[in-house]
Amino acid sequence: MLVKPQPVDSPVTTAEPPTLLEIRNIAKSFGKSIVLRDISMKVAEGEFLTILGESGSGKTTLLRIIAGFENATSGELWMGEKRLDGLPPYKRRVNTVFQHYALFPHLTVEQNVGYGLRVEKHSDAEIASRVEQALVRVKMTVHRKAKPSKISGGQQQRVALARALVKRPQLLLLDEPLSALDANLRRQMQVELKSLQREVGIAFVFVTHDQEEAMVMSDRIALLRVGELEQVATPREIYSRPATAYTAQFIGHTNLLRAQVQSGVVRCGSLSWKAHLPDGLALLSLRPENIRAAGSLPSSVRFRGQLRHRAFQGATELLRVECSDGLLFTVRTAARADWSGELEFEFDPADAVPVRVSEGI
Amino acid sequence: MFSRAYKTVVTVPPLVWVSLFLLVPYLLMFAYSFWSVSPAQTIVHTWNLENYRQLLRVDVYWQTLLRSMWIAARVMLFSLLLGYPLAYFLSFHAGARKDLFYQLVIIPLWVSYLVRAYAWKTILGSEGVLNTLLQYGHLTQHPLDFLLYSPFAVVLTLTHIYTPFTFLPIYASLEHIPRNLVEASDDLGASPAQTFWRVIFPLSIPGVLAGATFAFVLSLGDFLAPLLLGGPSGIMISNIVVSLFGAAYNWPLGAAISLGMLVLVISLLFVSERLEKKWSFS
Repeated sequence: MLVKPQPVDSPVTTAEPPTLLEIRNIAKSFGKSIVLRDISMKVAEGEFLTILGESGSGKTTLLRIIAGFENATSGELWMGEKRLDGLPPYKRRVNTVFQHYALFPHLTVEQNVGYGLRVEKHSDAEIASRVEQALVRVKMTVHRKAKPSKISGGQQQRVALARALVKRPQLLLLDEPLSALDANLRRQMQVELKSLQREVGIAFVFVTHDQEEAMVMSDRIALLRVGELEQVATPREIYSRPATAYTAQFIGHTNLLRAQVQSGVVRCGSLSWKAHLPDGLALLSLRPENIRAAGSLPSSVRFRGQLRHRAFQGATELLRVECSDGLLFTVRTAARADWSGELEFEFDPADAVPVRVSEGI
Repeated sequence: MFSRAYKTVVTVPPLVWVSLFLLVPYLLMFAYSFWSVSPAQTIVHTWNLENYRQLLRVDVYWQTLLRSMWIAARVMLFSLLLGYPLAYFLSFHAGARKDLFYQLVIIPLWVSYLVRAYAWKTILGSEGVLNTLLQYGHLTQHPLDFLLYSPFAVVLTLTHIYTPFTFLPIYASLEHIPRNLVEASDDLGASPAQTFWRVIFPLSIPGVLAGATFAFVLSLGDFLAPLLLGGPSGIMISNIVVSLFGAAYNWPLGAAISLGMLVLVISLLFVSERLEKKWSFS
């Protein structure tokens, strides 16, 4: 197959990057409980896609279906012209980094990394050189002769990565690989993992329940909620244009405003503003940082309220403000010592984004 | 943390028990093995090495010990060949029926050893179930006489009796293998057979060693199966010890043989434990 060399500095195009994996209408149930419903999405070549969701959202099940450890109840998986579903894991060019690393305890670091090449009966020389490369890449050459029980969690993590990457998969799946690490190491590994992914250029599908982690690392985030796909978008888009009330609340803080729209006018409590929205009930998401102390914006919506609660967060501060009509707002402002009593705030109506109602919110 | 009185109350009874019923008998046996029997059939309490000399010189003891070890080795082999696949199947492929199968393996242990040994007697005898069936089906003209009162019968019965003992430690070690290791192996491109030989089997070696030791050691010291089913050609070393302590009335020689066995078994246990440690990873 001919591969066109990519121009180094390509002009900005709107063309989508080529699709690597296509998930078509995947559904899964265990007995009577439905874990995934009708999931469809695409993973592009070289992309870092995060499947984000709370426990019980089905994110790990989706990953296991892609890896081949579970069979979907219905739906298809396509990688180019090849249909993946139905193939056993060892016949897919997909590798997994497991949640608890799953390193073979009886093998050394080196043997663990070489395992996938050894079972494919590559020559000793090739195995040695590829293992060496992989160990260098994850900076584990010093510990090559150690058994997994003798190295730290972060090091085990690196070995697990090297073991999967040495196979040169087309797609790497990572099942909450950082969840067992403590906070500092975890942030460090997030950066390492992301730059490693850029270096090797392999598409990563990364599962996590941590929305911050998802925002930091991903090219795109697929948000799952009790087996359904809420939204697939870039971190910026999913944050500024959440599709549903659940997305808006799960990713960052938000104010959900219940409003009534009539001929282009939005009414919410005693506030009103103009917007191009269909008539009827509307649910609007307004991020706390889009609300400011009144004064600067000409076309803003203003409200007054009593300060009820404040939470200092370092550079910023979250304020709970209650209006006279009972509306509650969360406002993020620069941390200041002298917030108190009645305050006046404003926001740009364009920042109040309409979202779909989610069940239970 | 605990009071002195509490510690005393908790530790003294088991110590007394062990000294009275284990240590003292062993010491007695040790002493007996250096004494001798007079022509008038009384124990002579003078220290000598005659019993051990006899042990090394008389062929029948050696040959019986070797035969016992050969029988025990076969029992060990067959128990592993039966027990391992069974344990593997239960642990990895039995699904929801796992507990039921497990109970089915355990239930025979509730039946008395004697009953099971006698059961084989009625199956293997010349008028037994097996020979009757074979003749009925015209597979043989005359009853097969190697079935009963032979090393074959002893090996068969001991295998039947000790397979659950081999199965249990193997099953436990297989159950301890994290299943994500199997998935990781699959994921890295290993076929099911490669996964078995490269991951599952190496990690089950401690169980195999423990199971093999059980089968070998328990069979080596067995005297009921050879007594009931062994016949003259199926005599084992314990039968000799039994007769020395009984009809032959030579306690000193019996004690010497027992002590030899004890040393052999303890060294086996020691080696097996070292190997098990070498093969366990946690």
